[in-house]
Amino acid sequence: MMEPKTPKAAEVLIQCLQREGVEYVFGYPGGAAIPLFDALYDSKIKLVLVRHEQGATHMADGYARATGKPGVVLVTSGPGATNTVTGILTAQMDSVPMIVLCGQTITPMLGKDAFQEADVTGITYPVVKHSYLVKDPNDVPRILREAFHIAMTGRPGPVLIDLPKDITAAPCTAKYVSEVDLPGYDLPSDPETADLKLLAQLLSRARKPVLYVGQGAVISGAGNAILRLAEKLNAPVVNSLLGKGAVPEDHNLHLGMLGMHGTAYANKAVMNCDLILSIGARWDDRIVGKVSEFCSDAVKIHIDIDPTENAKIIQPDLFVCGDARTVIEELLPFVSKLDTVEWMKQCQAWRKQYPLKYPKQGGLRAQHVLEELDRLTRGKAILTTDVGQHQMWAAQFCRSTFNRSWLSSGGAGTMGYGFPAAIGASIGNPGKPVWAIVGDGGFQMTLCELSTAVLQKVPVKILIINNRYLGMVRQWQELFFDNRYSGVTMEGSPDFVKLAEAYGVKAFRIRRSGDVRRILKAANEYMDGPCLIDAEVVQEDNVFPMIPAGAPYSSMIIEKPKQKLAKPTGST
Amino acid sequence: MSKPTPSHTISLLVRNKPGVLVRVSLVFARRSYNIESLVVSAVTGTDFSRMTITCSGDLETLDQIVHQLSKLVDVVQAIDHTGETVIEKELALVKVRCNATERTQVLQICEHFRGQTVDFGADSLILQFAGGSEKLDAVLGLLQPMGIVELVRTGKILMARGAERT
Repeated sequence: MMEPKTPKAAEVLIQCLQREGVEYVFGYPGGAAIPLFDALYDSKIKLVLVRHEQGATHMADGYARATGKPGVVLVTSGPGATNTVTGILTAQMDSVPMIVLCGQTITPMLGKDAFQEADVTGITYPVVKHSYLVKDPNDVPRILREAFHIAMTGRPGPVLIDLPKDITAAPCTAKYVSEVDLPGYDLPSDPETADLKLLAQLLSRARKPVLYVGQGAVISGAGNAILRLAEKLNAPVVNSLLGKGAVPEDHNLHLGMLGMHGTAYANKAVMNCDLILSIGARWDDRIVGKVSEFCSDAVKIHIDIDPTENAKIIQPDLFVCGDARTVIEELLPFVSKLDTVEWMKQCQAWRKQYPLKYPKQGGLRAQHVLEELDRLTRGKAILTTDVGQHQMWAAQFCRSTFNRSWLSSGGAGTMGYGFPAAIGASIGNPGKPVWAIVGDGGFQMTLCELSTAVLQKVPVKILIINNRYLGMVRQWQELFFDNRYSGVTMEGSPDFVKLAEAYGVKAFRIRRSGDVRRILKAANEYMDGPCLIDAEVVQEDNVFPMIPAGAPYSSMIIEKPKQKLAKPTGST
Repeated sequence: MSKPTPSHTISLLVRNKPGVLVRVSLVFARRSYNIESLVVSAVTGTDFSRMTITCSGDLETLDQIVHQLSKLVDVVQAIDHTGETVIEKELALVKVRCNATERTQVLQICEHFRGQTVDFGADSLILQFAGGSEKLDAVLGLLQPMGIVELVRTGKILMARGAERT
């Protein structure tokens, strides 16, 4: 009688993925990954075959951000693995759970410059939450369990697993494990009641509080609790770029985004508050501007699941370590209504006095297109963006009303993120409208994924805000560098409508303001696969309000100043 | 703007496996913080190692570094022992050039600092000193004019006193 066949480590690995609930793997094969792809052949897990490994990472990222489930990437060794680095950085900066499985040369050849060998664990040390180089096939079940545990718990992040081909092809007798033994990996315990009472006491003294909401609130699903807190206190809410959607932006207490390109009324509120409570937000340099002058007279409280965020940028009066939702829910019983009638009146007056605005004449405006998109989707669509002017305008004009509906590369600022992320988001949310708002620059960085979108039949709407410029850099060159436009013209770009048609993708073009509503509606209703809308907007337009990098909030510009501005002192 | 900064001693308990040292050193390198000495040794009977790291730089960055080190999955514990009363020792081997006439003076210095002669050559001696960094600095300062040919220091190792954990 034949003994039951011992499975190969690659097969065990795929079984582990299934046990972790993985439905999709975003990947691209190659020599060193063949055993893994071979094991995938017999599994229920669906492979989303991409056109470039960077696209796989952004799709996994978009899938993870939109669903809360970890995104899984499967690539080969060498260039296959190095192509994932940008996507891993993007996920790490924005705390996105991701598992990156890389093929690797056989263990006897490690470090000998074998064909398609790259020291990918070495290359990625600074951009992963954790990583593994597997040297024993029997370690596979343990490492897989640990990887998912680490990626998903605490502050989520990417975990890379480097899998030599001789290891994945070798038999594995180890059993699946459910427990992890990670003595160096601590998760925050529940917040101390004393801290919550102190927090409530600080809140009770506030007359002009602001709740500042970030990605941590999105990840923990703290939105409802924060809204209850805001209503109970009668306090305004602002969010970071990544905090969009945690608390509905169409709520009366919501003042929109704060920071460099935040709304003037959100920034006025932050400038004048006497208490700012950060909920899962990390005082990024786009938010704070000049650190020494940021809310210098206000009480600053910071709630974060990651203790290393304590005093990293801002020295808080109180730091509470914990999951945003848990902390806010446990805080609620200790707080009571504040006397903020005057403060709210003032905030609403700023909203009236300094609304978001843009010139209505002189051709098709990006802001107009995005305002119409907001009117059409009513905050009910998932929006992804690239990086630059279109991203800021989308953040300003498109209100996000539900959690995990706004996907944008905030920390890394990765151009080329938006479109593949939309594919991942759509795969994770079948039937839900997903709009990828991209620039003509960023789209060209990952447009090869049009094939993937066609193959997957995802009804992603690619809205290109096409100004034939790298608009944000051009804006800086206009405002701070005497109009010396260096390296920002996008001459030589293709006709995007013809390009889409070459891929068999339905395409629309918008040239006139009068056509915006009709074409966006037609695109929104097109559910028979992806479609592309090329919106040819005016070439030179600027994002306002703007707080120059590293400047205090008092330097906020609401429209283009007459005089020349000093070069910003802050980062990028 | 930079002021002379005190030296710090950080003690880490880490998983004993490949790559951990890289992860630890990257935390320093990314913040352009220089490691002055580093001692790694396995903790007997466990899968852990002890790292003792000496470095200098501004306190704010160091705080960040200690937090970031604690955050590494392979780091079980990271403690900055600066300012604590701990036992700190290091070992130095120093090769001093000396002929027969100079030898007595070198040996006197050695004896005074409770060093040991570990190699006795016609034109040189190798001396071994153990103790606090200040003591080693002092003896090396005295030997310098005699002609130090080679010097190797282990870097600082440290242990917390009594019931305190290192």
